[in-house]
Amino acid sequence: MAHIDLHDSNAVVIIGSGAGGGTLAHELTRRGIKVVLLEAGKRQSTETFSQLPGEAFLQLTWLDARTQSGNWGVARDFPSLPVWHCKTVGGTTVHWTASAPRLQPWELRAKTTYGNVAGASLIDWPISYEELEKYYQIAERRLGVTRRNGVPGLPASNNFKVMYAGAKKLGYKQVHTGYMAINSRAFDGRGACIQQGFCVQGCKMGAKWSTLYTEIPRAEATGKLDLRIGSTATKIEHGADGRVNAVVYRDGQGNEQRQKARLVCVAGNAIETARLLLLSSSSKFPQGLGNSNGQVGRNYCHQITGFVWGIFEKPVFSWRGATLAGVVEDEVVNEPRRGFAGGYRIELLTLDLPTFPLVGLSYGWGRDFASIIESYRNMAGMFINGEDLPRAGNRITLNPSVKDAYGLPVPNVHVDEHSNDQAVRKHAQGQMTKMYDAIGAKRIVLGPTPPATHNLCTARMSANPRDGVTNAWGQTHDIKNLFISDGSVLSTPGAANPTLTIVALALRQAEYISQQMKARGI
Amino acid sequence: MDDLVSLNRRELLKTTTGLLTGLVVVGSPLALISRGRAWAVDLTALTSSEGAELMAMARTIAPHDKLDDAAYAMVIQAIDSDASKDESTRKILKEGLVALGPGFATRTESDRVVILNKIEPSAFFQAMRLKTVQVLYATPMAYAFFGYEGEAFSKGGYLLRGFNDLRWLPEVPLQDSGPLPVSS
Repeated sequence: MAHIDLHDSNAVVIIGSGAGGGTLAHELTRRGIKVVLLEAGKRQSTETFSQLPGEAFLQLTWLDARTQSGNWGVARDFPSLPVWHCKTVGGTTVHWTASAPRLQPWELRAKTTYGNVAGASLIDWPISYEELEKYYQIAERRLGVTRRNGVPGLPASNNFKVMYAGAKKLGYKQVHTGYMAINSRAFDGRGACIQQGFCVQGCKMGAKWSTLYTEIPRAEATGKLDLRIGSTATKIEHGADGRVNAVVYRDGQGNEQRQKARLVCVAGNAIETARLLLLSSSSKFPQGLGNSNGQVGRNYCHQITGFVWGIFEKPVFSWRGATLAGVVEDEVVNEPRRGFAGGYRIELLTLDLPTFPLVGLSYGWGRDFASIIESYRNMAGMFINGEDLPRAGNRITLNPSVKDAYGLPVPNVHVDEHSNDQAVRKHAQGQMTKMYDAIGAKRIVLGPTPPATHNLCTARMSANPRDGVTNAWGQTHDIKNLFISDGSVLSTPGAANPTLTIVALALRQAEYISQQMKARGI
Repeated sequence: MDDLVSLNRRELLKTTTGLLTGLVVVGSPLALISRGRAWAVDLTALTSSEGAELMAMARTIAPHDKLDDAAYAMVIQAIDSDASKDESTRKILKEGLVALGPGFATRTESDRVVILNKIEPSAFFQAMRLKTVQVLYATPMAYAFFGYEGEAFSKGGYLLRGFNDLRWLPEVPLQDSGPLPVSS
């Protein structure tokens, strides 16, 4: 691994090592560009992943304080945990469930497709699907996505058999074990999935793609990467010319360090990315970096989610097998007759026993609550993944009344659901209820909206600088050498689980950055 | 002592303020995973009777009749441990015990539910509910009781241990699923 001097002003500094930052680090270093990669978390491995769900949660999750507000259910049900993402090398690719679908062409034209929706701040993407498609193809090959490029699908688990039977009774056509970044056969030096059901705790087989054991070691092997773990960025600095030139961070010992930079790429997940830009305010940029138009942190999207559980006469053993390997895609259409704009996926899901009553069930106690858990063995599970609409008021702000360990204000997550969001959830829950009903469920339980795992759009790409934070390459409208490299840049969320899109955009951004650096554009 | 199933029992007993004990019920989940005939859990902030009151509360919050008391005792041990480290938790518990009233553990379940409904908004109830849900279902007794098999990596996953053994619904055609990654 490279050692890059703190005063080396030629380094590219990437903040965050997940799907966006980890992929970008690999792509830049393999092109000969030296990179300092700051990661706030520690480094785990397939050997160190805990297999006790509670312990694994503490090992991987970003647990620093956040506050939240707004009318979404998460504020009521999970007041101290608005979002659930990782703080570890590899970021959220360590705990993701590896569903890797593409956005649909019309989802990239949300404003055009859905029209003017009151109370929403929709825009079209500044990239067409045709432009993005090439990078989707590279990303799918890189991740070894199943059902693409001749890679076989994953085999059907018990939980999927239940979903499949219900979906077919309703007449759904596009039902299969999903486009998964989980090896259905050995690939890329990693083994095939052995159906552990512990995707969320870190895959001890390494069958699930994660930057932790793919992109990052490859970047290290180039000799161009300086990965600094336990390093939390607290401020991005700029010079008199308005270009960023350094990142201030706390190292593993809590000491303040300052790394000089030729350019800075922020990939800290949509909450921390927005927070860092806001924390980096200066006399020249009093509202924070990239925020001359006040768009940083706004339009926060998290996709519509929620569990539906079906309890049957006979055992399902839903915990055996790849957690999310199953999907119904028929509802990924824009069909206004359903009463809402946008689409949703129905996805297979289950939770381990300790997590199930904590996250999978609405608040409760007593006989009825306990009776649901007593049916755990005979229970099948599904999840909604739907498009939510951006709103200017749904945003990440700094909360000056709560401070983190370094005395900096924590982020506040504010979400007021749009009536369209509620209509998506209601329709999806109705369809999923019908699916389980059609095959004889004894009882169907609707779960809550869990802490958000798909955090998006807080520094969105926009053709018009007025509407967003970055251009079509994730380059901020205000500052040429400041880039955003995670899910924050999605212009709208669509109904696809976002990781594949984040990787595709990082691949595209890496090409652009290296061309621009060569041409001395940045 | 040979009979005692040690449920995270601490070595030092000097600081012990209370003790929860019980017998391993024949055929119970605990009996499946232990060889002993009795179990014991030490408390370091609560007395034995306070522990028993809270255990009755945990059982009312998450009533599983055939699940051993030992599993509920682990919930109490966890919150007792919090109370021994944190004065505010200790205070919440002590005040909450007063709110439960005398003889809570000996009342009928329906009486206990009435009392808990009254104090549901309190920090005490909310802390007890959360701790019960967090700890109870993570105990080895709960795993055994609910049939949950837990981590599978050390046993080769569920690939050859039943991940697709459901037979009461039709099989999924190959084009919508995929082949097993094993040579037959």
